[in-house]
Amino acid sequence: MANTIEQERVSEIVRRATEEVFTAMLGVTVRAGDAYVEQSPPDHFDGVVSFIGLAGAWVGTGSISCSSELACSLSSSFLMTPIDVVDEQVLDAMGELTNMIIGSVKNEMEANLGPMGLSIPTVIHGRNFAARSLGRDAWTVVPFWSDDRRLDVKVCFTPKDRAAAHEHGVRPKAFLLT
Amino acid sequence: MPLDLLIVDDSAAIRKILQRVLHQAEVPLRTVYEAGDGVEALAILKEKTVDFIFSDINMPNMDGLELLTHLKSKEEWKKVPVVMITTEGSQAKVMEAAQLGAAGYLKKPFTPDQIKDKIAGLI
Repeated sequence: MANTIEQERVSEIVRRATEEVFTAMLGVTVRAGDAYVEQSPPDHFDGVVSFIGLAGAWVGTGSISCSSELACSLSSSFLMTPIDVVDEQVLDAMGELTNMIIGSVKNEMEANLGPMGLSIPTVIHGRNFAARSLGRDAWTVVPFWSDDRRLDVKVCFTPKDRAAAHEHGVRPKAFLLT
Repeated sequence: MPLDLLIVDDSAAIRKILQRVLHQAEVPLRTVYEAGDGVEALAILKEKTVDFIFSDINMPNMDGLELLTHLKSKEEWKKVPVVMITTEGSQAKVMEAAQLGAAGYLKKPFTPDQIKDKIAGLI
C-alpha cells in the first residue's frame, strides 16, 4: 500500500471522475482547468459547498463548491425543471453530485490507498462564510468551468496513522437567514 | 417492447438522473413511475403494473430491503426484477438484498452502457 500520493495522479483521477459524471450521467459539458495545490482555503465563500468524508487506512475529505447560480443551473439540468433559488432540491442535487464524483475518485484511489468507506455528504449554502477541514495536508484542487462559471472539486488524503483531528468546521462571518 | 418502470429513491435528483441515463441508453420506455420511499412504491404497485424496478436501499419510512421483502412475498410482484441502487457505503446491504431476491445492483455513478446491460440481462 502506498504511503505517498502523487498530486498529478490525484488531479488526473479527479478530472476524469468529474468529466465522466457530468458527461455520462448528467449530459452537461464541463471544461477542466489546471489543477493546483491549496494549503490555505479562502477566507470567505459565497455559494454552495459540500463535503464528504473518506476513511480507511487513509483518511480524507472530498469537496465540491460553486456559486449559488451555478448550483441552480446544474440542478435545473439534473432535475429537468427550472430552478432559480437554492432550495432543498438544489442541496439534494449537489449532495448527489458530490457523492458520485468523490465516490468515483475513491474507487480509483483504492488501488493505491486500500479500501475506504464514504460518508454521507453534507451540503452548505450561504454567503460570506469560511469552511475549513483541520487536517495538515494540502488539498488538490481541480477547477472546472461550465459556461464560464466555476466549480471546484477538491480532495485531501492522509495516512490514518499520521492524521491529526479531522473536522469540518463552518465559521460563518455573517449569517444569511432564509 | 417498451417497459413500464418504477424508480424508488428519496433523492429526486437521482430519480431524474436515472431517467436521463435510461434515455441515453436508448432503453425503450412506456411509463416511468417515481416513488420517494417503499411506502409510496407499494401504493403505486397496488394500482399499476411494472416490468422493472430500480430501488435505492437507504430511504425513510420504508427502505429498499423492506420493500424488497414485501415484493418477494406477493405473487403479483415476486417476478418483477428489482435492481438496487447503491453507494459505496452500502455494500453489506447489497449482499443482504441479493439474499432477499434482488436481481442485481447498480453502483453510482452508473453509465448508459451499465444500465443497458443490466436491463438486457434481466428482461
